[in-house]
Amino acid sequence: MTGAALAWHQFRFDQRIFWRSPASVFFTVMLPILFLVMLASIFGNETIDDLGGMRVSTYYVPGIMTLAVVSATLVSLAISLTEARESGRLKRVRSTPLPVWAFVAGRVGNAIVVSLLMVVIVTAIGAIFYGVEIPGSTVPAIVVSLVVGASAFSCLGFALAAAIPTEEAAPAITNFTVLPLYFLSGVFIPQTQIPDGILDFAGLFPIRHFFEALLAGFDPTTAGAGFELGHLAVVAAWGLAGLAVAARAFSWSPRGG
Amino acid sequence: MAETVITVRGLRKSYGSLDAVRGIDLTVERGEVFAFLGPNGAGKTTTVEILEGYRGRNAGDVDVLGADPREAGRDWRGRIGIVLQECRMQPLLTVRETVDLYAGYYASPRPVAETIELVGLGAKAEERAGRLSGGQQRRLDVALALIGDAELLFLDEPTTGFDPSARRQAWEVVASLRDLGKTIFLTTHYMDEAQELADRVAIIAGGEIVAEGTPETLAGRDLAPTEIRFLMPASLAAVDLPAAVASAIDAGANGGSRDHVVLRTSQPVTVLNQLTAWALARDVDLGGLEVGRPSLEDVYLEVTGKGGG
Repeated sequence: MTGAALAWHQFRFDQRIFWRSPASVFFTVMLPILFLVMLASIFGNETIDDLGGMRVSTYYVPGIMTLAVVSATLVSLAISLTEARESGRLKRVRSTPLPVWAFVAGRVGNAIVVSLLMVVIVTAIGAIFYGVEIPGSTVPAIVVSLVVGASAFSCLGFALAAAIPTEEAAPAITNFTVLPLYFLSGVFIPQTQIPDGILDFAGLFPIRHFFEALLAGFDPTTAGAGFELGHLAVVAAWGLAGLAVAARAFSWSPRGG
Repeated sequence: MAETVITVRGLRKSYGSLDAVRGIDLTVERGEVFAFLGPNGAGKTTTVEILEGYRGRNAGDVDVLGADPREAGRDWRGRIGIVLQECRMQPLLTVRETVDLYAGYYASPRPVAETIELVGLGAKAEERAGRLSGGQQRRLDVALALIGDAELLFLDEPTTGFDPSARRQAWEVVASLRDLGKTIFLTTHYMDEAQELADRVAIIAGGEIVAEGTPETLAGRDLAPTEIRFLMPASLAAVDLPAAVASAIDAGANGGSRDHVVLRTSQPVTVLNQLTAWALARDVDLGGLEVGRPSLEDVYLEVTGKGGG
């Protein structure tokens, strides 16, 4: 098989495994939907004056989208790669002729496809049930933000897996990394209610910037194309740093107990 | 002359100040089952992982299928098959899907269904790997090592943790691989496994090869004295024994009870003849009579310095 065919082959099986796993279907697909429905049902009709009177349901669409993309990439990859490493499967796959890049492409491809699917689902639920306006002129900016974000958070997933010592520690370390950042970045709580100091702290990390880029895309008051290049640059820089860490420290052999 | 598949000369590997492998030589020829034995921490796994290309080395020449494993590429990896000491299969894929996934990694894989049959999982092909028993998972692992139609297979302790019947089945699989003409590099710490399967055996201890040969002749096993054991009938005493028998008594080896007599002799026919004639003349039975040579296990314990003294 050619390289591209090998990557496709790997991707198809990674898809099958993803959809058969109750944990990945619940945490990556169902949980963001549940959060969106709950938050938009409870607070949806309120408006946020400091954001030009944006409806709360509109705010939560890019918010939950951020959650869903980070979950499908960083969280899923860090946990599943650690499990595959500790089970010996990564070491085993290294002994086959499958090129490393084809393996990585299959895994990242799976993460990105799930991310895009979640973006469509979250947008559709917002539009159909909560009257959230589907953006027009900002669609290219949203797509660019998603591509940059999904790629960067995938790199960070490989980097985080390299830092996780054992399979048992994977869910705890991963969630401890992202959960506080969701809250501090305004994904669950409108950012107008979060003190500036906390937002500044969250601004050191990529989740906040990824959310800001998506939020601009859904904000009805955004004029023009809505490209948030400053925010995307921070996300991309984190992604490149993750890539550098993964390239140095990612382990194919079991490490822990 | 037979074709050489693995050649190792002067291999050394250390971790910090620990010398794990201290200058070993090995040769494995095409079509042979080579068993590599040794206690834990003897350098066994380090050596195998160097041959498989997982680890580098500090010194020495290593040639596996005509290439240095450390520099070998995809084509080379298509010619070897590996069963790791520990590998959990992806629980969410069926047996057939797991084999299909790996088949896709190789340029010219073996037929999937036939390979599943070969390892005895035909009836389990549609079962998820997570529902297989430990022994069945291990056989699925062997199927993955075979699917690329490799010439050389590394089996690292393939039956550890198996019950006796699962081990028998696994041995049959290995025997059928040998019949397919595969070269097999087997590590194990079960002596009966090496005895049953191996054409040649090497024992590593303390980072060095301490014995090498066929299972029958290893460490002069075939030339070693024969051991004869029996229980001295209660009515008789050792002083009555014929001279040839009495002089063969190994006083230091009285295993078990006081009445247990152990003889060691290089003339087993003569000694046995006199012993049984003596017993017949007195019309007694020799309880627990056993005749044997040092087992592979005795040899192993002796050369690895773990003998009971």
